[in-house]
Amino acid sequence: MHPASESIDPRTDLEIRDKPVPRGSGRSVLPGFGLSLGYTIFYLSLIVLVPLSAAFLKTAGMSWAEFSAAVFSPRVVAAYRMSFGASLAAAGANAVFGLVLAWVLVRYPFPGRRVVDALVDLPFALPTAVAGIALTQLYGVHGWIGSWFEPLWAKAVGAAPWLSWVGTKIAYDRPGVFLALTFIGLPFVVRTLQPVLEELEPELEEASATLGASRWQTITRVLLPELAPALLTGFALSFARALGEYGSVVFISGNMPYRTEIVPLLIITKLEQYDYHGATALAVVMLVASFVLLLVINLLQKWSRRHHRI
Amino acid sequence: MNVKSILFLLFGITAALGASAKDVQLLNVSYDPTRELYVEFNKAFAAHWLAQTGDTVTVKQSHGGSGKQARGVIDGLPADVVTLALGGDIDPIASLAKLLPTDWQTRLPHNSSPYTSTIVFLVRKGNPRHINDWDDLVRSGVSVITPNPKTSGGARWNYLAAWAYAKRHQGGDEAAQRFVAALFKNVPVLDSGARGSTTTFVQRGIGDVLLAWENEAFLALKEFGADAFEIVVPSLSILAEPPVALVDRVVDRRGTRTVAQAYLEFLYSEKGQDIIGRHFYRPSEPAAIAKYGRQFPQVELVTIASEFGGWAAVQQIHFADGGVFDQIYAK
Amino acid sequence: MSAAPSRSLTPRSASAAPRATQDPAWARWLLTGVALLFVVLFLVLPLVAVFTEALRRGVGAYLAAFTEADALSALRLTLLTALIAVPANLVFGVAAAWAIAKFNFFGKSLLLTLIDLPFAVSPVISGLIYVLIFGLQGWCGPYLVSGAHPWLGSWLNAHDIQIIFAVPGIVLATVFVTFPFVARELIPLMQAQGTDEEYAAITLGASGWQTFRRVTLPNIKWGLFYGVILCNARAMGEFGAVSVVSGHIRGETNTLPLHVEILYNEYNFVAAFAVASLLALLALATLILKSLVEWRYSRVLESSKVGA
Repeated sequence: MHPASESIDPRTDLEIRDKPVPRGSGRSVLPGFGLSLGYTIFYLSLIVLVPLSAAFLKTAGMSWAEFSAAVFSPRVVAAYRMSFGASLAAAGANAVFGLVLAWVLVRYPFPGRRVVDALVDLPFALPTAVAGIALTQLYGVHGWIGSWFEPLWAKAVGAAPWLSWVGTKIAYDRPGVFLALTFIGLPFVVRTLQPVLEELEPELEEASATLGASRWQTITRVLLPELAPALLTGFALSFARALGEYGSVVFISGNMPYRTEIVPLLIITKLEQYDYHGATALAVVMLVASFVLLLVINLLQKWSRRHHRI
Repeated sequence: MNVKSILFLLFGITAALGASAKDVQLLNVSYDPTRELYVEFNKAFAAHWLAQTGDTVTVKQSHGGSGKQARGVIDGLPADVVTLALGGDIDPIASLAKLLPTDWQTRLPHNSSPYTSTIVFLVRKGNPRHINDWDDLVRSGVSVITPNPKTSGGARWNYLAAWAYAKRHQGGDEAAQRFVAALFKNVPVLDSGARGSTTTFVQRGIGDVLLAWENEAFLALKEFGADAFEIVVPSLSILAEPPVALVDRVVDRRGTRTVAQAYLEFLYSEKGQDIIGRHFYRPSEPAAIAKYGRQFPQVELVTIASEFGGWAAVQQIHFADGGVFDQIYAK
Repeated sequence: MSAAPSRSLTPRSASAAPRATQDPAWARWLLTGVALLFVVLFLVLPLVAVFTEALRRGVGAYLAAFTEADALSALRLTLLTALIAVPANLVFGVAAAWAIAKFNFFGKSLLLTLIDLPFAVSPVISGLIYVLIFGLQGWCGPYLVSGAHPWLGSWLNAHDIQIIFAVPGIVLATVFVTFPFVARELIPLMQAQGTDEEYAAITLGASGWQTFRRVTLPNIKWGLFYGVILCNARAMGEFGAVSVVSGHIRGETNTLPLHVEILYNEYNFVAAFAVASLLALLALATLILKSLVEWRYSRVLESSKVGA
């Protein structure tokens, strides 16, 4: 067995052992530091920072009372709950099924594996509006899946009325939002786990087995901890993506205030009522949430890299 | 490619788009259900304008929820004319963006509304849930489809028609609020625009009754077959006046005032009124009313001005943040 | 990814303790079944649904959807947008990756997070910020209409500069949402490759530009290509952000995803799904291209590994 080699996967820097690079431009013989960093910062400012700062400056014109009225009104709070709750649930589902899918794709050869592997990226490439319309078509009362699932679900709700908290149908209720968010978040978990799974050294599992662990013990005590950082990263990425999703959700959610209304939809609704301040205030809350999530993801990736060095 | 050349390219494209308009171009920013109407009307107007002046005019169309469209114009969508679902959506273009005078509605006949419409019910064939009037919509188990009044002009008319009915029959605003709250309890999906709601009702098969523009209901019968749906006319409804207006600041900047004004006036002409009638809008000129009046059901119609004191008041009381509509949903 | 598993599988199946690292047959079947069911329910069926609806009225109606003038102009605008957004982000991606992967400097982590930011920002917000800046009620909007700046040249003063509700706004919003794609592909790749080869080239007397073109570029070309493909797919498919700044003028500011929505709202479901299927085909082509790139890419790396 060769020692762990560098990762060759283009999609993640989880596994990468950085080669030492020169510190500062002065001490390096490589040219272009000033130019490339300068251009990077210029372009980043032009495209991202200046436009985003517009949102912050717009809210700076609001008093604290106005701001808190805009971002803590009961309807908005209900939308946060929906957005964060459904995104968490979808990211959770993706963590579970994405793990299974990545595991199967890496470990079990089966016919058509390449096709399935390529299909995983479909949610990246398919426009979200198309995804939303297609999912509504499938999971609506008259859809291929909705038409046989809904009577079953209605019975289940009849037997256990608390289920109606989740929803009374798939499309146009909470399960629909969950479906759409799961769809768009799936590739993140699979694509962050795959390279890690591929690089896992069989010695670990062999040693565990030699020491008398059952396969189940090996999986839960050895493999899962090894995969945890990547799994968490995938989870967080899928969560971050779900939180901002708009295009697919509006088609399938039913958009009921206090029930299936998500924050991006509220931003649009406020905008259409000429409430620029309210819309921007919500946007700022979401921007801060995204930024914090990204920081957490970057920290997770650092942790995972260190974790793997040991 | 560096940023400078990209910017250069961007401005180049903009300039090209602006400069290529040798023949006159108008932009009509309208709401959802008028697509088919204006496709035909624009052709007729172009022919009329060519015959009268020798100039070719192309009218570009933009459609969407009425509120969304008004927001676009306020933010700089260069509309020569706006033809929106309600006066309440043109008012902010005047008051917030000051693109036209606040008395815009007095500038054209009939409150600047060349066509009117009303709100009717679309039910499934045979009317299986026996929905005959507004009272039937608040029965438990009846599922009602309407768009969100916050974003859709048509939905605001729906809401106000229900309100007017309850106020009349149950006495007072408080009873009306309870009635409308009960109605919205029966609404399972709130689409953002009228077209979304029709799709939900017709294509997805959700709901027992769709509250719709009269013209949308007729169009749905035409598009999806009279064997699948039927129209139910309630005992009382509202006179929906979708107004049109010239956007002064835009037409003066673009030098299109004459043709834009002619465009709006053509809506009141015999030809224009004829197209309006054929698209199931209620014409406003007497001759066309005589010709098309029979296709529309007789129903008692209340008006915004007499029943609610105008759009400014309605917007403030009912649809502003924290207004009556929000209270209905706040538990 | 597709080629990668075979690498790791071969040594493992020949390993000394197969039973320890292999799962029982029932578990393999169960997990494969769960995974496939998930893929079918979430990925295959939506795709099938799009094509079924598109072909509901036959091939004639399907093809008719593409020859209509508004569909063609939407296609043109979508291509133009991608044609500007992708190269712009490509240049940025290479510059950012060069600075970040080849040098150490203070604030690198923050810079990386900021580059990722557009990816986590809701598309709705990406549209909103451009409205705040270029809208008539925004910062710059009032100065862009004609007559606003008499001190400037007569041409500029006589013409409106339309940013949002026109092509520039659509391009800007698209550039924003596709901003991180190329950079995100290149940075880890170039970090992994280190700077040894570039050092060697410089030491041997190559100029900076020569080093980049002859040494770095061949090393990153597949990653670069891969980033461009993803960036392009997203640029052509963006809906939310573009929807906020488009103005929905038929035949003028509608991109393909917006055209799908419009057709859907005109009860023209067959045409809506037909255009949607075009976008789905584009997605599939992207996936095929990507698999090919990965295959090439892993072979290149494989051989370089053997050589090393």
